[in-house]
Amino acid sequence: MSNIPAELRYAASHEWVRPEGNGVYTVGISEHAQELLGDMVFVELPEVGSNVSAGDDVAVAESVKAASDVYAPISGEILAVNEELEDSPELVNSDPYGDGWMFRIKADDESELAELLDAEGYENSIDEE
Amino acid sequence: MTNKTVLHPKHLEAGAKMVDFHGWEMPINYGSQIEEHHAVRNDAGMFDVSHMTIVDIKGAQAKAYLRYLLANDVDKLKDKGKALYSGMLNEAGGVVDDLIVYFFADDDYRLVVNSATREKDINWLNKVAEGFDIQIIEQPNLAMIAIQGPNAKAKTAELFSDEQKAAVEGMKPFFGVQSGELFIATTGYTGEAGYEVMVPAEQACDFWQKLLDLGIQPCGLGARDTLRLEAGMNLYGQDMDETISPLAANMGWTISWLPEERDFMGRKALEEYNRNGKDKLVGLVMEEKGVLRAGLTVKVEGGEGVITSGTFSPTLGYSIAMARVPSSVRDTAEVEMRKKWVTVRVVKPSFVRNGKKVEH
Repeated sequence: MSNIPAELRYAASHEWVRPEGNGVYTVGISEHAQELLGDMVFVELPEVGSNVSAGDDVAVAESVKAASDVYAPISGEILAVNEELEDSPELVNSDPYGDGWMFRIKADDESELAELLDAEGYENSIDEE
Repeated sequence: MTNKTVLHPKHLEAGAKMVDFHGWEMPINYGSQIEEHHAVRNDAGMFDVSHMTIVDIKGAQAKAYLRYLLANDVDKLKDKGKALYSGMLNEAGGVVDDLIVYFFADDDYRLVVNSATREKDINWLNKVAEGFDIQIIEQPNLAMIAIQGPNAKAKTAELFSDEQKAAVEGMKPFFGVQSGELFIATTGYTGEAGYEVMVPAEQACDFWQKLLDLGIQPCGLGARDTLRLEAGMNLYGQDMDETISPLAANMGWTISWLPEERDFMGRKALEEYNRNGKDKLVGLVMEEKGVLRAGLTVKVEGGEGVITSGTFSPTLGYSIAMARVPSSVRDTAEVEMRKKWVTVRVVKPSFVRNGKKVEH
């Protein structure tokens, strides 16, 4: 069973969201998602400063197996991206909830967070796959 | 029904991720397929290839049979143990399977054919055998382990008896020898030096464990695919099949046209294709981000083609592929990647040999 930290929120499309305070959220993909994809070879990240809506495909996680879209779990402005992934995409595999984070987003509307899953809800959604 | 090799429990013990491979439950990786790939390029890795089909061909007409069955000519094999790669064609000149044949004597050969095509191959061997005085003997009680990489031979040899060490001493690439209980061959599917070892099934787990104890990295089908693609080796069912001429699959070098009087299965169709054939298999290189994948359309001078195998090359750090395209192809091609057309280089389908980039 893969690790699903209880303090994070999740989208059914396998992104996780961590609150950093002041309406800023860090986003990555879950351990389960990286296991499904296998070794990461490229990660394409959104442009810093761009505005995205919840559900937009904003990044691409390309593994040995497939290219997979990563969706914005909430709407807002992209404040930062993890530039380490340019040279070390494997961080997504080795530390999906830590050094493998993908981008930070300043939420337009924090009430959108309520629509995301908690750890238990995400675990149930995986089990149904 | 799912088949399992005799090494199946060793894969589970090592935490392998198992997948269905044409009816066989096989390891795709043991954690990271890229690390496994690098282990083979830089040190030594091992693969369970026990799912492959080993068939011995014996009898007074074994040689005549194989000279008719195969597009390559076993008459080239003069030294005991020498191996040959060949396509086995149907009458229409399509590839029934690709295989390795080992020569021991004019009445004694061994074939190693693919697992995914086992039943079809055995039926075909039997069909073509009509009228030949031969026996077709499957060897399901042999397991096979491929140990590959620059340090593979030296490490594996630590497990050999004195007799086995002497038997492989100075053995050139593409030879095989039976010594004691092992059949040891200098063949492989990675572009590296190494051995493919056939071992009696009941000893296979013990042999595997000893290789593991020597620090040899177990590798799954994922790494096997990226390694063979870097080496420019075809995968049956992907780069060619029954509908594809070997001439359209970069296998022209495996066809023995001479002597002209040798009739072999598919010869007439091949000669016809040679006169009118339109397609060939080329290599593609894309140095920008993204991964070329099988099935993508390729536009080249004079028409369109398709990627038959594509991957990220862990050794080179960018994507490589094989594509079947019209033979009017020049030195670039256009590939549709995520809704935009990207220009890629067309090269000979060989990318990495003995750990080093092939310069085109």
